[in-house]
Amino acid sequence: MATLRIDKLNKSYGDAAILRDIDLSISEGEFVVLVGPSGCGKSTLLRMIAGLDGVTSGDIFIGERRVNNLEPAQRKIAMVFQSYALYPHMNVKKNMTFGLKFAGLAQPEMDRRVAEAARMLQLGPLLERRPRDLSGGQRQRVAIGRAIVREPDVFLFDEPLSNLDAALRVSTRVEIAKLHRLLGATMVYVTHDQIEAMTLADRIVVMNHGRIAQTGKPLDLYYHPANLFVAGFIGSPAMNFFSAKVHKKGAGAVTLSGPGVPAFDLRAASFAAPVGASVKIGVRPEHLGAEGPAGFRIAGAVELVERLGETSYAHVRAAEDVAFTAESRGRDAPKAGDRIILSAHDRDLHLFDEDGQRIAIE
Amino acid sequence: MPMRARISVLGVHAVLLAYTLLAILPILLVVMNSFKTRNAIFGSPLSPPNAETFSLIGYVSVLGKSNALVYLENSLIVTLGSMFLVLLLGAMAAWALTEYRFRGSTLLVLFMSIGIMVPIRLGSVAIVAMMLRLGLNDTLAALVLVYVAQGLPMSIFILSEFIQQIPKDLRDAARCDGVPETRIFFEVIAPLLRPAIATVAVFTMVPVWNDLWFPLILTSSDSTHTITLGVQHFVGQYTTDWNSVLSALSLAILPIVVIYIIFSRQLISGLTAGAVK
Repeated sequence: MATLRIDKLNKSYGDAAILRDIDLSISEGEFVVLVGPSGCGKSTLLRMIAGLDGVTSGDIFIGERRVNNLEPAQRKIAMVFQSYALYPHMNVKKNMTFGLKFAGLAQPEMDRRVAEAARMLQLGPLLERRPRDLSGGQRQRVAIGRAIVREPDVFLFDEPLSNLDAALRVSTRVEIAKLHRLLGATMVYVTHDQIEAMTLADRIVVMNHGRIAQTGKPLDLYYHPANLFVAGFIGSPAMNFFSAKVHKKGAGAVTLSGPGVPAFDLRAASFAAPVGASVKIGVRPEHLGAEGPAGFRIAGAVELVERLGETSYAHVRAAEDVAFTAESRGRDAPKAGDRIILSAHDRDLHLFDEDGQRIAIE
Repeated sequence: MPMRARISVLGVHAVLLAYTLLAILPILLVVMNSFKTRNAIFGSPLSPPNAETFSLIGYVSVLGKSNALVYLENSLIVTLGSMFLVLLLGAMAAWALTEYRFRGSTLLVLFMSIGIMVPIRLGSVAIVAMMLRLGLNDTLAALVLVYVAQGLPMSIFILSEFIQQIPKDLRDAARCDGVPETRIFFEVIAPLLRPAIATVAVFTMVPVWNDLWFPLILTSSDSTHTITLGVQHFVGQYTTDWNSVLSALSLAILPIVVIYIIFSRQLISGLTAGAVK
């Protein structure tokens, strides 16, 4: 177990900057999930921590050691790959012990570690089998076992569940969460699946275009996204955005309106944007409810309803190029063609300035 | 199966069958006639040996009176030796050239591909001169060296293609596991290359075994002749001992067939099944 600290880390291939000035500090035993769209640099960051990709500039510290120039094996990390990457010509047991041989471990110690990992992951009956005789879930458990027997300071996971089917993904996700509780080890986990991120993480790092867009606890990101990107990325279905302008700033309230959004007063002791500024109003589909007494309100015609059982998603058009999604619960969901009026509570509104940064409301 | 498809399948098989016959018939003729008396060889070359014409005289003279066993041994040493070196060096070079980027690596790949395009026989005169200067003329080592040079470029080319198909994650996993680079090659990559190595082995061995040119210009004494060259001893200027020629040729086919069978059993795909996905 160890801390992990990343300091002004950069990575570029020729002129193409993959990672720009990444600063990240992970404490002992913390489970940090890196999320972001494909190509945001999250896997590259993980591979740099592992030592599989070189550092262009900046520093990586594991514990107190600067590991920039250390081989992967010397960094006391273990990595679990999306493709499992099991040695196909070795059985499960050899897959787990192959690397330990080179660490100079004695046979009884190797046996002890394998037995313990096998117990944790229910691999006992599989130890003599070859990878090709295992199912996807079993292979991923072996890959995790191979990481555990190394007893690393930091576990690195590179989209470990992406190759599994939906049901197995849920159960393996739960297993990884239990494993983290059991081992208490520092873990860095890369995924593009925000459900994995929300459920597993102590802290989520959202990345975009090689930069960290926001770092925070899962619910912080959900309730207080720092910018438009995070607001749109976290939450499913995605947050609705409406363009609006600041009309009036009075004592204790600002008046906003925009295409499809009738003017309304937002209670705010202080509001950073000036009168006349363009803003984006963000509202999550699950926060749009029946018409309230005052505040944000929007009306439109239902174009399509997706029914998932308890919840339904109505796709609504408010104006020619203003569309949004609203969630409703229970049996009486709106029907296509209905005209509906919805509103949202002040505390569920997110406001962003022209640069996409969150506007603080007090 | 619809009529038209059936006809086209039949057509394909007819063509393949004809080709097979064409390829096998001369070999069959050699083997058949090697078991016949000299008169029968010329009297009815196309008929199989019967009780009257059956004779082992060719084999007796080849195995008894000549150096055929030495020739066979030389051929085996040269073939297996050059095959081993081509496979070992070829696989290692292919791994290095696909896995590592270093100064001059592109140039080296280019250099190797020239080796595929330019036939090595063009350098015969230079090779003879070089071997003389190295004191290697009339040795089996000279032959092995030439055949390694001849076989390497193609084997590197083929093995590189296979290596590129091995998932990169495997190598990364091994690195995280602390496996040294040489062991990654020999214990993780090489076992997965088995089908490719078998392919290259077959490609390398057949032309080496059958080669007449380099034994002819590089070896002079009886003790270093290979079987293809040795057979020429039975071909005289005025008379040719056809029994011996045919028997020696039949014997020459045997080892290569055995080696081929051994390696072709390795030509199985799906060895990486279970590694990823």
